[in-house]
Amino acid sequence: MSDAPPTGLKSWLTTTDHKRIGLLYFWTALGFFLVGGLEALVIRLQLAQPNGHMVSAETYNQLFTMHGTTMVFLALMPLAASFFNYIVPLQIGARDVAFPRLNAFSYWVFLLGGLFLNASWLVGPLFHAGMLNVAPDGGWFGYANLTERQFSPGPNIDFWVLGLQILGISSLAAGFNFIVTILNLRAPGMKMMRLPAFTWMTLVTQFIIITAFPVITVALVFLLFDRFFGTHFYLPQAGGTPLLWQHLFWLFGHPEVYILILPAMGIVSDVLPTFARKPLFGYTVVVYSGILIGFMGWGVWSHHMFAVGLGPIADSVFAATTMLIAVPTGVKIFNWVATLWGGDIHGTTALHFAVGFIAMFIIGGLSGVSHASPPADLQQTDTYYVVAHIHYVLFGGTVAGLFAGVYYWWPKMTGRLLSETLGKWHFWLQFVGMNLAFFPMHFIGLLGMPRRIYTYSPDLGVSDLNLVSTVGAFLIAVSILVFLYNLWRTRRHGQRASNDPWGGATLEWSIPSPPPVYNFSVIPTVTNRLPRWRTELHGPMQDPPAMPPAPIHVPGGSWWPMVAALGLPVMALAPLTHTPWVAFVGVALLLFGIYRWAFEPFEV
Amino acid sequence: MSAYEGERGTAMHEGGEAGQHAHPTADVYLRVAAVLVILTVLEVGVFYVPVFHPVLVPALLVLSAVKFTLVVMFYMHLKADSRFFTFLFGAPLLLAVGVMVALLFLFFGALTLRGAAGAG
Amino acid sequence: MTHAAHAATAHHTSMGLDSRKLGLWAFIGSECLLFGSLISTYLVYKGRSVVGPYPHDILNIPFTSVSTFDLLMSSLMMVLALAAVQRGDMKWGKIWLFSTALLGLIFLGGQVIEFTEFVHKGLTISTNLFGCTFFVLTGTHGAHVAVGVLWLLTLWVRALQGKLGSANAMTVEITGLYWHFVDVVWIVIFTVVYLIQ
Repeated sequence: MSDAPPTGLKSWLTTTDHKRIGLLYFWTALGFFLVGGLEALVIRLQLAQPNGHMVSAETYNQLFTMHGTTMVFLALMPLAASFFNYIVPLQIGARDVAFPRLNAFSYWVFLLGGLFLNASWLVGPLFHAGMLNVAPDGGWFGYANLTERQFSPGPNIDFWVLGLQILGISSLAAGFNFIVTILNLRAPGMKMMRLPAFTWMTLVTQFIIITAFPVITVALVFLLFDRFFGTHFYLPQAGGTPLLWQHLFWLFGHPEVYILILPAMGIVSDVLPTFARKPLFGYTVVVYSGILIGFMGWGVWSHHMFAVGLGPIADSVFAATTMLIAVPTGVKIFNWVATLWGGDIHGTTALHFAVGFIAMFIIGGLSGVSHASPPADLQQTDTYYVVAHIHYVLFGGTVAGLFAGVYYWWPKMTGRLLSETLGKWHFWLQFVGMNLAFFPMHFIGLLGMPRRIYTYSPDLGVSDLNLVSTVGAFLIAVSILVFLYNLWRTRRHGQRASNDPWGGATLEWSIPSPPPVYNFSVIPTVTNRLPRWRTELHGPMQDPPAMPPAPIHVPGGSWWPMVAALGLPVMALAPLTHTPWVAFVGVALLLFGIYRWAFEPFEV
Repeated sequence: MSAYEGERGTAMHEGGEAGQHAHPTADVYLRVAAVLVILTVLEVGVFYVPVFHPVLVPALLVLSAVKFTLVVMFYMHLKADSRFFTFLFGAPLLLAVGVMVALLFLFFGALTLRGAAGAG
Repeated sequence: MTHAAHAATAHHTSMGLDSRKLGLWAFIGSECLLFGSLISTYLVYKGRSVVGPYPHDILNIPFTSVSTFDLLMSSLMMVLALAAVQRGDMKWGKIWLFSTALLGLIFLGGQVIEFTEFVHKGLTISTNLFGCTFFVLTGTHGAHVAVGVLWLLTLWVRALQGKLGSANAMTVEITGLYWHFVDVVWIVIFTVVYLIQ
């Protein structure tokens, strides 16, 4: 047993501690979030005026593709993963995840996959092209047959296909790990219906991940084979159809939307009760509607394809299922509002973000329902209206929810409270900025401006709206700078956090901030759903003692997850550079890592 | 988990401990294998005997479904093991079958569906 | 994956189930969608090839029936290996583990022969849609068999070294789950691809 955690670079490279891996996820994802944000700012500068000429059409294609891909796969999913890692084991009263080294593997694969994708910005000269020339440029949903070799001959799409393939492995590995962790590592008495809402939504998210990611894996393998081995999966001249890509992509893509939003919903479901000093209204209903969303998310994918012309029956079926899925979502919103109703409201920054989430998500949800109707959707498809919708859901929704989580759990993760004053500035700047940036896009789209076109004519009558949108984007940038300053300042000047700075009901608040390596000095026994609160039925639990009564074994680190993870980008280099033997090096590295990992003495 | 599992001695077993001990004996394994072989012979037989051609597809689907079920129930022990494993396997399996049926409808049903609704 | 520290964690988890077994079943669930997508693609592209050879020109049913029988028997060897390891009979445990791996290798050899023959008869992965979907689907399955063979041989070597005993029965059981899943996938492929032409 060691109370003092090991320090130094090696201790981070070999760590299997879920808390450290959570922090690694956070900082890495934040880095990618800033890169994706910079890409967005360049896009907005280009569109600030009609006939903009800040970037070329080719660069613009790369910017919006990488912005979307980065934000979805490298920023929002891993930011949520940061909380899965740090918070879920604490919420269920565990000392780590079920497979700590698999967890480290997930992180390293994510980091390497993200670097692989973003390397495409810089390595143009290696492919006899300029810098900023070989980044993916086929849109974040990479529609075939645009992404086939015939129309995208360069390495751009290769980076995208291979990068996403690597990132998928990371998500899948983490998915199995967290399913087992949540099901099997709960403290005594922590029944499933006593799990905190965030942990429940994490569980549903992981089930969606392990079922949806194999589908995109297959879709990407087909595309890879089409590009490298002359197959015809998406090629009409050989009898294939690009429609297959659309079906497979959206079979994954729509569940992916719920992969992005459910964790934020979980965070909000934990933050609201804490700051309203009331239990979550209708906990059971919130849980079941989350599960229902997870299942129903599989039955709506073709609403992304109404413009294809699937025929009236298919269109009607998918329109109906899409409208139906708004029901469990709406149920959750009513539950959140009812949680606040009559509560003893503490207006912290975290609560601001959580309430902001509800408001913005309602707007995004409403524009979403408007796509559910095929005739309306035909007007909206591929216009800025869709861009407005996705940003209300993913920025107004997911990002706000994640920030609520950051302000809520930062003291637990670092031992210091973020400044509430700066936090409020951050919130209001971001809230105003995002509405300025994205609300006009509804009009821009309905007035006829298509998405993904690098410029527009002054005759379209959307110049002023676009300028407003750009101003809003920069306001968001300012708000993020305030947030970064807050993080930096808090390192030294932040108020020290007690075990429980907020008066939370769940187990993570019963232990020191930040928690010791072993988390719980004694594994608590849980007797109800709000263990740390006094209710009419029970008093608060006794927090675990500051010093463990008996020595606690803490597993050591391991190099092998990282070594195994390195094998994947090396394998990806083989097709990228057309050097088959490199694949064998990659496979050898992967196998070597796995065998050393399997047979090293590592007591969990 | 060995280091602290001692403290979890009282962990609850809400999953319903169906037991790692209920595995069938070698005798059962052999009998299942015999049935599997017979079914495979039947499959190939159905394929070659012209009499069965009108019912070839349903017959083959049923035979392979039976084989699938036998392996999963007896060799993968789902018959005796925790019901939760059945859920972990069955739910995604149903999802996969659902996706398959939906895609077949969307690809092959397209013309008829349009036709049924008049000019598509 | 086989060291003793993992043995018998089953009785101290929230569900009373072994964590690795739970993880493997979740993995198998995930694999259902992987093979589901591949088989769906095979089916929706069935009969859409614009040039031959077509399935009935080229598929060799007697040959593949033998392969199918071989894989079924490997599943039997696998359960016998598990039963032997569980009762601590490592002599037969080793024999059955090796037989399972050997039958897996024979299946892979059969696949190599089959693929070579198809290429000689003019069907490559880029010939037509049948070639694309057939080779990617059966190739993915073959890759799974190869991983399984490697896994089984690893266990066999551990057993030879005396590092695999009845305390590791769960490891053998988990390997078996993977192996049987690969077998049931073949049961589906054999019917859908080979018999229903």
